[in-house]
Amino acid sequence: MDRIPILKLGDALLVTIQVDMHDRLAAALEEDLTERIAATGAKGVLIDISSLGIVDSFIGRMLDTVAAVSRMLGADTVVVGMRPAVAITLVELGLELKGVRTALNVERGMALIGRWLEDGDGDERDGPAAGDANDGDGG
Amino acid sequence: MATGDDAARGTAVLAIGSSDDVVRVRQEVRSRAVAAGLGIVDQTKIVTAASELARNTLIHGGGGTVRVESVSQGVRRGVRLTFEDHGPGIPDINQALKDGFTTGGGLGLGLGGSKRLSNEFEIDSAPGRGTRVTIARWK
Ligand SMILES: Nc1ncnc2c1ncn2[C@@H]1O[C@H](COP(=O)(O)OP(=O)(O)OP(=O)(O)O)[C@@H](O)[C@H]1O
Ligand SMILES: [Mg+2]
Repeated sequence: MDRIPILKLGDALLVTIQVDMHDRLAAALEEDLTERIAATGAKGVLIDISSLGIVDSFIGRMLDTVAAVSRMLGADTVVVGMRPAVAITLVELGLELKGVRTALNVERGMALIGRWLEDGDGDERDGPAAGDANDGDGG
Repeated sequence: MATGDDAARGTAVLAIGSSDDVVRVRQEVRSRAVAAGLGIVDQTKIVTAASELARNTLIHGGGGTVRVESVSQGVRRGVRLTFEDHGPGIPDINQALKDGFTTGGGLGLGLGGSKRLSNEFEIDSAPGRGTRVTIARWK
């Protein structure tokens, strides 16, 4: 079965999604990533979606879940590389990925994670939950 | 892309019986949208809507088909998709269209979202008979 490769980059894990996501792959990624966070003690997770031509509610929910689970294991998630057309479509779909921090590209995402790591060694890092989420409710 | 092949491209009917089929539907709709001359945002919108509706056909409708048509009206070109299943049907369509309404633990965004992402939207469903959803996106 296909797997999405997970690379270690300093204190962070980098996941580059290169194929059209189907459901089993999404489920496998959730599992693999959480195992790797636990095994490496990574503090940040970068998910590069620049190759994804669309993000639908299924993939969006997967990104949300990964971010939530990673946070519980002590790692903050940044989704990078979302294409402009995908962003426009997501907002119209009504899916604003409120639980997920985003950055334009891998460099900026890494910089963000680096800043979180500097801001607090230990348990008081200023992660995405601390004021970056959008307000409002999707329902 | 070759020109003058409208008739040849005509209509395709794809089965939706697995999550791999959902990926195939996305690919077929993308290539039709490109052939119709839709811009990148419009392509992304119709492919995302197709992904949502294909998944509904699979999960809620128990599987079915999609008819993919390359359409034209004078100089306007577009893509029309008709999803059909013989599943349980939708008892209250207005309720199902509301954002956040789900009977399956989803986000409840797919149906309303795909309506917003389309230029034309038509739904026909009755309990016990099945569901048919038709959408179109024009250049
Ligand atoms: N083809 C179908 N057959 C039967 N019921 C359907 C069908 N499509 C949608 N529904 C009903 O309409 C509801 C709303 O659909 P919608 O796509 O908006 O949300 P969802 O599929 O539950 O979640 P999401 O798409 O956000 O993951 C579904 O929960 C289901 O009850
Ligand atoms: Mg749905």
